[in-house]
Amino acid sequence: MTIRNKAYIAGAFEHPTRLAPDKSTPQLHAECAAGVLADAGLSLQDVDGYFCAGDAPGFGGMSMIDYLGLKVRHTDSTETGGSSYILHVSHAAQAIAAGHCSVALITLAGRPRSEPFTRGRPGAPEEAFESWAGGTTHNSYGMCAARHMYEHGTTSEQLAWIKVAASTHAQYNPHAMLRDVVTVEDVLNSPMISDPLHRLDCCVVSDGGGALLVVAPEVAKSLKRPLVAVRGAGEAVKGPRGGMNLDLTTSAAAVSGPAAFAEAGCAPTDMKYASIYDSFTITVLIQLEDLGFCRKGEGGRFVADGNLISGTGKLPFNTDGGGLCNNHPMNRGGITKVIEAVRQLRGEAHPAVQVPNCDLAVATGIGGSLGVRHGAATLVLERQ
Amino acid sequence: MMSEPRKIPAPRPNVENQRFFDAAARGILLIGQCDACGRPHYYPRALCPFCMAETRWVESAGKGEIHSLSTMRRGAGAPYTLAYVTLDEGPAVLTNIATDDPDSLHIGQRVAVTFTPSDGGPPVPMFAPA
Repeated sequence: MTIRNKAYIAGAFEHPTRLAPDKSTPQLHAECAAGVLADAGLSLQDVDGYFCAGDAPGFGGMSMIDYLGLKVRHTDSTETGGSSYILHVSHAAQAIAAGHCSVALITLAGRPRSEPFTRGRPGAPEEAFESWAGGTTHNSYGMCAARHMYEHGTTSEQLAWIKVAASTHAQYNPHAMLRDVVTVEDVLNSPMISDPLHRLDCCVVSDGGGALLVVAPEVAKSLKRPLVAVRGAGEAVKGPRGGMNLDLTTSAAAVSGPAAFAEAGCAPTDMKYASIYDSFTITVLIQLEDLGFCRKGEGGRFVADGNLISGTGKLPFNTDGGGLCNNHPMNRGGITKVIEAVRQLRGEAHPAVQVPNCDLAVATGIGGSLGVRHGAATLVLERQ
Repeated sequence: MMSEPRKIPAPRPNVENQRFFDAAARGILLIGQCDACGRPHYYPRALCPFCMAETRWVESAGKGEIHSLSTMRRGAGAPYTLAYVTLDEGPAVLTNIATDDPDSLHIGQRVAVTFTPSDGGPPVPMFAPA
Protein backbone atom coordinates (compact mmCIF):
# COMPACT_ATOMS: atom_id res chain seq x y z
CA MET A 1 0.00 0.00 0.00
CA THR A 2 1.38 3.37 -0.98
CA ILE A 3 -0.05 6.87 -1.21
CA ARG A 4 1.98 7.55 -4.35
CA ASN A 5 -0.29 9.26 -6.88
CA LYS A 6 -3.36 8.50 -4.73
CA ALA A 7 -3.91 12.14 -3.82
CA TYR A 8 -3.24 15.63 -5.19
CA ILE A 9 -2.87 19.05 -3.61
CA ALA A 10 -5.55 21.00 -5.44
CA GLY A 11 -5.57 24.10 -3.28
CA ALA A 12 -2.95 26.11 -1.40
CA PHE A 13 -3.66 29.43 0.29
CA GLU A 14 -1.53 31.65 2.52
CA HIS A 15 -3.42 34.38 4.38
CA PRO A 16 -1.90 37.75 3.38
CA THR A 17 -2.07 39.19 6.90
CA ARG A 18 0.87 39.20 9.26
CA LEU A 19 -0.86 41.27 11.98
CA ALA A 20 -4.53 40.68 12.77
CA PRO A 21 -5.61 42.56 15.90
CA ASP A 22 -9.20 42.83 14.61
CA LYS A 23 -9.85 39.21 13.64
CA SER A 24 -10.47 36.16 15.84
CA THR A 25 -8.45 32.99 15.40
CA PRO A 26 -11.52 30.99 14.21
CA GLN A 27 -12.20 33.80 11.73
CA LEU A 28 -8.67 33.48 10.34
CA HIS A 29 -9.22 29.71 9.96
CA ALA A 30 -12.44 30.43 8.06
CA GLU A 31 -10.79 33.03 5.81
CA CYS A 32 -8.05 30.52 5.01
CA ALA A 33 -10.67 27.86 4.24
CA ALA A 34 -12.51 30.26 1.94
CA GLY A 35 -9.24 31.23 0.27
CA VAL A 36 -8.14 27.69 -0.43
CA LEU A 37 -11.55 26.67 -1.81
CA ALA A 38 -11.42 29.64 -4.20
CA ASP A 39 -7.89 28.70 -5.21
CA ALA A 40 -8.97 25.18 -6.12
CA GLY A 41 -12.35 26.09 -7.58
CA LEU A 42 -14.25 23.99 -5.03
CA SER A 43 -17.02 24.88 -2.56
CA LEU A 44 -17.72 24.28 1.10
CA GLN A 45 -20.12 21.48 0.21
CA ASP A 46 -17.34 19.57 -1.56
CA VAL A 47 -15.29 19.16 1.63
CA ASP A 48 -15.72 15.77 3.28
CA GLY A 49 -12.56 15.61 5.40
CA TYR A 50 -11.07 18.10 7.89
CA PHE A 51 -7.62 18.24 9.44
CA CYS A 52 -6.37 20.59 12.15
CA ALA A 53 -3.75 20.67 14.91
CA GLY A 54 -3.28 22.32 18.28
CA ASP A 55 -3.73 25.85 16.95
CA ALA A 56 -7.42 25.17 16.19
CA PRO A 57 -9.44 26.61 19.07
CA GLY A 58 -11.84 24.33 20.87
CA PHE A 59 -12.28 20.61 21.24
CA GLY A 60 -10.20 18.85 18.61
CA GLY A 61 -11.73 19.39 15.21
CA MET A 62 -15.28 19.40 16.49
CA SER A 63 -15.52 23.10 17.30
CA MET A 64 -13.99 24.13 13.99
CA ILE A 65 -16.02 21.67 11.90
CA ASP A 66 -19.18 23.14 13.40
CA TYR A 67 -17.96 26.76 13.14
CA LEU A 68 -16.92 26.35 9.50
CA GLY A 69 -20.19 24.60 8.62
CA LEU A 70 -18.52 21.45 7.37
CA LYS A 71 -20.11 18.03 6.96
CA VAL A 72 -17.29 15.51 7.01
CA ARG A 73 -16.89 11.76 7.07
CA HIS A 74 -13.24 11.85 8.12
CA THR A 75 -11.30 14.02 10.60
CA ASP A 76 -7.82 13.98 12.11
CA SER A 77 -6.23 16.37 14.60
CA THR A 78 -2.76 14.86 14.89
CA GLU A 79 -0.52 17.30 16.74
CA THR A 80 3.19 17.47 15.95
CA GLY A 81 3.63 21.22 16.41
CA GLY A 82 4.63 23.19 13.35
CA SER A 83 5.18 20.05 11.28
CA SER A 84 1.54 18.95 11.75
CA TYR A 85 0.25 20.31 8.43
CA ILE A 86 2.92 18.55 6.38
CA LEU A 87 1.96 15.35 8.17
CA HIS A 88 -1.73 16.11 7.61
CA VAL A 89 -1.16 16.05 3.84
CA SER A 90 0.18 12.53 4.23
CA HIS A 91 -2.66 11.44 6.50
CA ALA A 92 -5.19 13.00 4.13
CA ALA A 93 -3.63 11.09 1.23
CA GLN A 94 -3.91 7.87 3.28
CA ALA A 95 -7.58 8.58 4.04
CA ILE A 96 -8.29 9.35 0.38
CA ALA A 97 -6.45 6.20 -0.76
CA ALA A 98 -8.61 4.19 1.66
CA GLY A 99 -11.78 5.82 0.36
CA HIS A 100 -12.61 7.65 3.59
CA CYS A 101 -12.82 11.11 2.01
CA SER A 102 -12.18 12.77 -1.34
CA VAL A 103 -11.69 16.48 -0.50
CA ALA A 104 -9.67 17.06 2.66
CA LEU A 105 -9.34 20.56 4.09
CA ILE A 106 -6.35 21.43 6.30
CA THR A 107 -6.30 24.77 8.15
CA LEU A 108 -3.85 26.59 10.40
CA ALA A 109 -4.27 30.03 11.97
CA GLY A 110 -3.27 32.02 15.00
CA ARG A 111 -2.44 35.44 16.44
CA PRO A 112 0.76 35.24 18.50
CA ARG A 113 1.46 38.95 17.80
CA SER A 114 -1.98 40.09 18.90
CA GLU A 115 -2.75 37.95 21.95
CA PRO A 116 -0.67 36.23 24.63
CA PHE A 117 0.96 33.06 23.38
CA THR A 118 1.23 30.27 25.94
CA ARG A 119 3.68 27.46 25.68
CA GLY A 120 3.80 24.43 27.93
CA ARG A 121 1.65 21.38 28.30
CA PRO A 122 0.15 21.02 31.78
CA GLY A 123 0.23 17.40 32.88
CA ALA A 124 2.92 16.32 30.42
CA PRO A 125 5.02 13.52 31.97
CA GLU A 126 8.17 15.64 31.71
CA GLU A 127 6.56 18.77 33.14
CA ALA A 128 7.77 18.61 36.75
CA PHE A 129 11.32 17.76 35.65
CA GLU A 130 11.72 20.34 32.90
CA SER A 131 9.26 23.23 33.11
CA TRP A 132 11.32 25.06 35.74
CA ALA A 133 14.44 25.08 33.56
CA GLY A 134 13.37 27.97 31.33
CA GLY A 135 13.48 26.01 28.09
CA THR A 136 12.21 27.96 25.08
CA THR A 137 12.56 27.23 21.41
CA HIS A 138 15.50 29.68 21.28
CA ASN A 139 17.70 27.94 23.85
CA SER A 140 16.57 24.44 22.88
CA TYR A 141 17.58 25.01 19.26
CA GLY A 142 20.58 26.95 20.57
CA MET A 143 21.83 23.78 22.28
CA CYS A 144 21.53 21.92 18.97
CA ALA A 145 23.53 24.61 17.19
CA ALA A 146 26.18 24.64 19.92
CA ARG A 147 26.57 20.87 19.76
CA HIS A 148 26.70 20.92 15.92
CA MET A 149 29.48 23.50 16.11
CA TYR A 150 31.32 21.38 18.70
CA GLU A 151 31.05 18.12 16.76
CA HIS A 152 31.43 19.40 13.19
CA GLY A 153 33.08 22.80 13.31
CA THR A 154 29.99 24.52 11.94
CA THR A 155 30.25 28.31 12.17
CA SER A 156 27.89 31.21 12.79
CA GLU A 157 28.91 32.54 9.36
CA GLN A 158 27.67 29.35 7.71
CA LEU A 159 24.36 29.51 9.59
CA ALA A 160 24.02 33.15 8.55
CA TRP A 161 24.09 32.13 4.87
CA ILE A 162 20.70 30.46 5.41
CA LYS A 163 19.20 33.78 6.49
CA VAL A 164 20.94 35.59 3.63
CA ALA A 165 19.34 33.20 1.12
CA ALA A 166 15.88 33.57 2.72
CA SER A 167 16.15 37.37 2.69
CA THR A 168 17.31 37.36 -0.92
CA HIS A 169 14.04 35.61 -1.79
CA ALA A 170 11.84 37.66 0.56
CA GLN A 171 12.62 40.93 -1.25
CA TYR A 172 10.24 39.77 -4.00
CA ASN A 173 7.37 38.82 -1.68
CA PRO A 174 5.10 41.83 -1.05
CA HIS A 175 3.52 40.07 1.95
CA ALA A 176 6.82 39.17 3.66
CA MET A 177 7.34 40.66 7.11
CA LEU A 178 11.05 41.28 6.45
CA ARG A 179 11.91 42.30 2.88
CA ASP A 180 15.38 43.77 3.35
CA VAL A 181 18.22 41.70 1.94
CA VAL A 182 20.75 41.05 4.70
CA THR A 183 24.41 40.06 4.70
CA VAL A 184 26.32 37.52 6.76
CA GLU A 185 27.70 40.45 8.75
CA ASP A 186 24.18 41.74 9.45
CA VAL A 187 23.29 38.37 10.98
CA LEU A 188 26.46 38.19 13.07
CA ASN A 189 26.02 41.78 14.25
CA SER A 190 22.39 41.29 15.31
CA PRO A 191 21.85 40.85 19.08
CA MET A 192 22.58 37.47 20.59
CA ILE A 193 19.30 35.87 21.68
CA SER A 194 20.49 32.53 23.04
CA ASP A 195 24.01 31.35 22.23
CA PRO A 196 24.92 30.83 19.46
CA LEU A 197 21.72 32.04 17.79
CA HIS A 198 21.44 35.74 16.92
CA ARG A 199 18.20 37.60 16.36
CA LEU A 200 18.53 37.13 12.59
CA ASP A 201 18.99 33.37 13.07
CA CYS A 202 15.39 33.32 14.38
CA CYS A 203 12.14 33.28 12.41
CA VAL A 204 9.54 36.03 12.55
CA VAL A 205 6.49 35.98 14.82
CA SER A 206 3.36 36.57 12.76
CA ASP A 207 -0.40 36.45 12.95
CA GLY A 208 -2.08 34.71 10.05
CA GLY A 209 -2.58 31.25 8.69
CA GLY A 210 -2.94 29.03 5.70
CA ALA A 211 -4.92 26.18 4.25
CA LEU A 212 -4.51 23.24 1.89
CA LEU A 213 -6.89 21.00 -0.03
CA VAL A 214 -5.84 17.41 -0.63
CA VAL A 215 -8.14 15.67 -3.09
CA ALA A 216 -8.70 12.37 -4.86
CA PRO A 217 -7.23 12.00 -8.38
CA GLU A 218 -10.62 12.22 -10.11
CA VAL A 219 -11.39 15.47 -8.26
CA ALA A 220 -7.99 16.95 -9.12
CA LYS A 221 -8.39 16.09 -12.79
CA SER A 222 -11.83 17.75 -12.90
CA LEU A 223 -10.38 21.11 -11.80
CA LYS A 224 -8.64 23.80 -13.83
CA ARG A 225 -5.49 23.81 -11.72
CA PRO A 226 -2.08 22.27 -12.42
CA LEU A 227 -1.77 18.73 -11.05
CA VAL A 228 0.45 18.48 -7.98
CA ALA A 229 0.65 14.86 -6.83
CA VAL A 230 1.63 13.57 -3.42
CA ARG A 231 4.38 11.19 -4.45
CA GLY A 232 5.83 10.15 -1.10
CA ALA A 233 5.64 10.97 2.59
CA GLY A 234 7.30 10.17 5.88
CA GLU A 235 6.89 11.08 9.53
CA ALA A 236 8.63 10.45 12.84
CA VAL A 237 8.73 11.62 16.46
CA LYS A 238 11.94 11.77 18.47
CA GLY A 239 12.93 12.61 22.02
CA PRO A 240 15.77 12.01 24.45
CA ARG A 241 14.08 8.70 25.47
CA GLY A 242 15.14 8.45 29.06
CA GLY A 243 18.19 10.60 28.43
CA MET A 244 19.95 7.59 26.87
CA ASN A 245 19.27 8.45 23.22
CA LEU A 246 20.15 12.13 23.23
CA ASP A 247 21.45 13.24 19.85
CA LEU A 248 21.11 16.97 19.37
CA THR A 249 22.56 17.04 15.86
CA THR A 250 20.19 14.55 14.23
CA SER A 251 16.45 15.18 13.92
CA ALA A 252 13.46 12.95 13.30
CA ALA A 253 13.78 14.07 9.65
CA ALA A 254 16.52 11.41 9.39
CA VAL A 255 13.59 8.98 9.49
CA SER A 256 10.83 10.97 7.74
CA GLY A 257 13.05 12.15 4.88
CA PRO A 258 14.41 8.80 3.68
CA ALA A 259 10.92 7.29 4.10
CA ALA A 260 9.42 9.97 1.86
CA PHE A 261 12.12 9.58 -0.79
CA ALA A 262 11.76 5.78 -0.71
CA GLU A 263 8.01 5.96 -1.23
CA ALA A 264 8.47 8.51 -4.00
CA GLY A 265 11.12 6.38 -5.67
CA CYS A 266 13.52 9.29 -6.05
CA ALA A 267 16.55 10.85 -4.39
CA PRO A 268 17.40 14.24 -2.89
CA THR A 269 19.45 14.98 -6.01
CA ASP A 270 16.24 14.77 -8.07
CA MET A 271 14.66 17.70 -6.19
CA LYS A 272 14.40 20.95 -8.14
CA TYR A 273 13.20 22.90 -5.09
CA ALA A 274 13.13 22.38 -1.31
CA SER A 275 10.87 23.89 1.35
CA ILE A 276 12.80 23.37 4.57
CA TYR A 277 11.19 24.46 7.84
CA ASP A 278 13.23 27.37 9.14
CA SER A 279 12.19 28.18 12.69
CA PHE A 280 15.90 28.93 13.12
CA THR A 281 18.83 28.72 10.75
CA ILE A 282 20.12 25.60 12.51
CA THR A 283 16.77 23.86 11.83
CA VAL A 284 17.45 24.10 8.10
CA LEU A 285 21.04 22.92 8.34
CA ILE A 286 20.21 19.80 10.36
CA GLN A 287 17.28 18.85 8.11
CA LEU A 288 19.39 19.24 4.95
CA GLU A 289 21.82 16.71 6.40
CA ASP A 290 19.09 14.40 7.65
CA LEU A 291 17.30 14.38 4.29
CA GLY A 292 20.55 13.44 2.59
CA PHE A 293 21.30 16.62 0.64
CA CYS A 294 24.75 16.35 2.20
CA ARG A 295 26.44 14.15 4.77
CA LYS A 296 26.08 14.70 8.52
CA GLY A 297 28.43 17.48 9.53
CA GLU A 298 28.70 18.97 6.04
CA GLY A 299 25.62 21.17 6.28
CA GLY A 300 27.66 24.27 7.02
CA ARG A 301 29.68 23.95 3.84
CA PHE A 302 26.53 23.02 1.88
CA VAL A 303 24.62 26.20 2.77
CA ALA A 304 27.55 28.61 2.48
CA ASP A 305 28.16 31.02 -0.37
CA GLY A 306 24.56 31.28 -1.49
CA ASN A 307 23.96 27.64 -2.35
CA LEU A 308 20.30 27.93 -1.28
CA ILE A 309 19.57 31.02 -3.41
CA SER A 310 17.24 30.48 -6.36
CA GLY A 311 18.95 31.10 -9.68
CA THR A 312 22.51 30.83 -8.42
CA GLY A 313 22.64 28.06 -5.82
CA LYS A 314 22.35 24.33 -6.36
CA LEU A 315 19.30 23.92 -4.10
CA PRO A 316 16.75 26.75 -4.21
CA PHE A 317 14.94 26.79 -0.85
CA ASN A 318 12.09 28.74 0.76
CA THR A 319 11.58 31.08 -2.16
CA ASP A 320 8.78 32.92 -0.32
CA GLY A 321 11.33 34.09 2.26
CA GLY A 322 10.41 31.27 4.63
CA GLY A 323 9.77 31.59 8.32
CA LEU A 324 12.99 33.55 8.65
CA CYS A 325 11.65 36.48 6.61
CA ASN A 326 8.14 35.93 5.28
CA ASN A 327 5.71 34.30 7.70
CA HIS A 328 5.53 31.92 10.65
CA PRO A 329 1.83 32.03 11.51
CA MET A 330 0.95 30.92 15.05
CA ASN A 331 4.64 30.04 15.52
CA ARG A 332 4.01 27.06 13.24
CA GLY A 333 5.66 26.99 9.84
CA GLY A 334 4.69 23.68 8.27
CA ILE A 335 1.81 24.83 6.14
CA THR A 336 3.71 27.67 4.46
CA LYS A 337 6.36 25.12 3.48
CA VAL A 338 3.78 23.11 1.52
CA ILE A 339 2.17 26.24 0.07
CA GLU A 340 5.41 27.56 -1.45
CA ALA A 341 6.30 24.10 -2.79
CA VAL A 342 2.91 24.02 -4.53
CA ARG A 343 3.51 27.51 -5.97
CA GLN A 344 6.85 26.35 -7.36
CA LEU A 345 5.38 23.18 -8.88
CA ARG A 346 2.54 25.15 -10.45
CA GLY A 347 4.96 27.75 -11.79
CA GLU A 348 3.23 30.40 -9.67
CA ALA A 349 6.17 31.53 -7.55
CA HIS A 350 7.47 35.07 -8.09
CA PRO A 351 9.25 35.15 -11.48
CA ALA A 352 12.47 36.29 -9.82
CA VAL A 353 12.62 33.11 -7.74
CA GLN A 354 10.63 30.61 -9.84
CA VAL A 355 12.68 27.49 -10.51
CA PRO A 356 12.53 26.66 -14.26
CA ASN A 357 10.77 23.38 -15.06
CA CYS A 358 10.11 22.66 -11.41
CA ASP A 359 8.56 19.19 -11.48
CA LEU A 360 9.81 17.64 -8.22
CA ALA A 361 9.96 19.29 -4.83
CA VAL A 362 10.33 18.35 -1.19
CA ALA A 363 8.63 19.99 1.78
CA THR A 364 9.89 19.06 5.23
CA GLY A 365 9.39 20.34 8.74
CA ILE A 366 10.18 19.99 12.41
CA GLY A 367 7.60 20.68 15.13
CA GLY A 368 8.02 20.97 18.87
CA SER A 369 11.53 21.57 20.17
CA LEU A 370 14.39 20.10 18.19
CA GLY A 371 16.60 19.79 21.27
CA VAL A 372 13.98 18.14 23.45
CA ARG A 373 11.09 16.27 21.82
CA HIS A 374 9.90 16.95 18.31
CA GLY A 375 8.06 15.61 15.30
CA ALA A 376 9.17 15.63 11.67
CA ALA A 377 7.22 15.23 8.46
CA THR A 378 8.43 15.14 4.86
CA LEU A 379 6.54 15.24 1.57
CA VAL A 380 7.78 14.66 -1.96
CA LEU A 381 5.48 16.42 -4.43
CA GLU A 382 5.39 16.12 -8.20
CA ARG A 383 3.99 18.27 -10.98
CA GLN A 384 2.25 16.01 -13.47
CA MET B 1 22.05 43.69 30.49
CA MET B 2 21.79 41.85 33.82
CA SER B 3 18.14 41.72 34.88
CA GLU B 4 16.68 40.45 38.13
CA PRO B 5 17.79 36.86 38.83
CA ARG B 6 15.41 34.40 37.28
CA LYS B 7 12.62 33.17 39.55
CA ILE B 8 12.55 29.40 39.31
CA PRO B 9 8.92 28.32 38.80
CA ALA B 10 7.84 25.74 41.36
CA PRO B 11 7.76 22.24 39.85
CA ARG B 12 4.36 20.61 40.13
CA PRO B 13 4.95 16.98 41.09
CA ASN B 14 2.32 14.31 40.49
CA VAL B 15 1.70 11.12 42.44
CA GLU B 16 4.21 9.27 40.26
CA ASN B 17 7.14 11.64 40.75
CA GLN B 18 6.52 13.20 44.18
CA ARG B 19 9.29 11.02 45.64
CA PHE B 20 11.83 12.62 43.28
CA PHE B 21 11.11 16.01 44.80
CA ASP B 22 10.98 14.62 48.35
CA ALA B 23 14.51 13.31 47.74
CA ALA B 24 15.54 16.64 46.15
CA ALA B 25 14.50 18.39 49.37
CA ARG B 26 17.06 16.16 51.14
CA GLY B 27 19.76 16.97 48.55
CA ILE B 28 19.46 13.66 46.71
CA LEU B 29 19.17 13.27 42.90
CA LEU B 30 17.17 10.21 41.90
CA ILE B 31 17.34 8.51 38.51
CA GLY B 32 15.41 5.54 37.16
CA GLN B 33 17.04 2.12 37.15
CA CYS B 34 15.60 -0.98 35.51
CA ASP B 35 16.59 -4.35 36.96
CA ALA B 36 15.00 -6.21 34.04
CA CYS B 37 17.10 -4.66 31.22
CA GLY B 38 19.78 -3.13 33.39
CA ARG B 39 19.52 0.37 31.92
CA PRO B 40 19.23 3.66 33.82
CA HIS B 41 17.11 6.58 32.59
CA TYR B 42 16.19 10.19 33.35
CA TYR B 43 13.68 11.64 34.04
CA PRO B 44 12.65 8.71 36.24
CA ARG B 45 9.28 7.08 35.61
CA ALA B 46 7.28 4.14 36.90
CA LEU B 47 7.88 1.85 33.92
CA CYS B 48 11.19 1.52 32.06
CA PRO B 49 11.19 3.39 28.70
CA PHE B 50 13.31 0.58 27.20
CA CYS B 51 11.42 -2.54 28.31
CA MET B 52 8.34 -1.41 30.31
CA ALA B 53 9.36 -3.28 33.46
CA GLU B 54 8.76 -1.59 36.81
CA THR B 55 11.73 0.54 37.81
CA ARG B 56 13.64 1.33 40.98
CA TRP B 57 14.55 4.96 41.63
CA VAL B 58 18.15 5.10 42.77
CA GLU B 59 20.52 7.76 44.02
CA SER B 60 22.81 9.36 41.42
CA ALA B 61 26.25 10.60 42.46
CA GLY B 62 25.14 13.86 40.82
CA LYS B 63 28.30 14.28 38.73
CA GLY B 64 28.69 14.54 34.99
CA GLU B 65 29.69 16.74 32.09
CA ILE B 66 28.03 19.37 29.93
CA HIS B 67 26.77 17.80 26.66
CA SER B 68 25.50 21.09 25.27
CA LEU B 69 24.38 24.47 26.51
CA SER B 70 22.80 27.75 25.46
CA THR B 71 22.79 30.94 27.49
CA MET B 72 19.64 33.02 27.08
CA ARG B 73 20.67 36.66 26.65
CA ARG B 74 17.31 38.40 26.35
CA GLY B 75 14.09 38.62 28.31
CA ALA B 76 13.14 38.18 31.95
CA GLY B 77 15.73 36.47 34.11
CA ALA B 78 18.49 36.59 31.49
CA PRO B 79 21.20 35.56 31.43
CA TYR B 80 20.59 31.95 32.39
CA THR B 81 22.02 28.78 30.90
CA LEU B 82 19.97 25.84 29.68
CA ALA B 83 22.04 22.68 29.34
CA TYR B 84 22.06 18.95 28.97
CA VAL B 85 24.34 17.31 31.51
CA THR B 86 25.32 13.70 30.89
CA LEU B 87 25.51 11.98 34.27
CA ASP B 88 28.37 9.57 34.93
CA GLU B 89 25.68 6.87 35.27
CA GLY B 90 24.69 7.50 31.61
CA PRO B 91 21.44 9.47 31.30
CA ALA B 92 21.35 13.08 30.12
CA VAL B 93 19.51 15.62 32.28
CA LEU B 94 17.88 18.80 30.97
CA THR B 95 18.88 21.42 33.53
CA ASN B 96 20.42 24.83 34.18
CA ILE B 97 24.05 25.56 34.94
CA ALA B 98 24.26 27.75 38.04
CA THR B 99 27.08 30.25 37.54
CA ASP B 100 27.88 33.95 37.66
CA ASP B 101 30.11 33.55 34.61
CA PRO B 102 28.18 31.85 31.79
CA ASP B 103 30.81 32.84 29.23
CA SER B 104 33.31 30.52 30.92
CA LEU B 105 31.15 27.42 30.42
CA HIS B 106 31.93 24.90 27.69
CA ILE B 107 30.85 21.54 26.32
CA GLY B 108 32.68 18.70 28.06
CA GLN B 109 33.07 20.66 31.31
CA ARG B 110 32.71 18.68 34.57
CA VAL B 111 29.77 19.71 36.73
CA ALA B 112 28.02 18.55 39.92
CA VAL B 113 24.43 18.81 41.05
CA THR B 114 23.41 21.76 43.21
CA PHE B 115 19.85 21.90 44.48
CA THR B 116 18.39 25.37 44.00
CA PRO B 117 15.28 26.79 45.70
CA SER B 118 12.22 27.27 43.53
CA ASP B 119 9.54 29.92 43.96
CA GLY B 120 7.37 28.31 46.62
CA GLY B 121 8.02 24.68 45.68
CA PRO B 122 10.62 21.96 46.16
CA PRO B 123 14.26 22.61 45.16
CA VAL B 124 15.35 21.76 41.62
CA PRO B 125 18.50 19.96 40.45
CA MET B 126 20.76 22.49 38.74
CA PHE B 127 24.43 21.80 38.11
CA ALA B 128 27.53 23.92 38.78
CA PRO B 129 31.15 23.65 37.61
CA ALA B 130 32.85 20.98 39.73
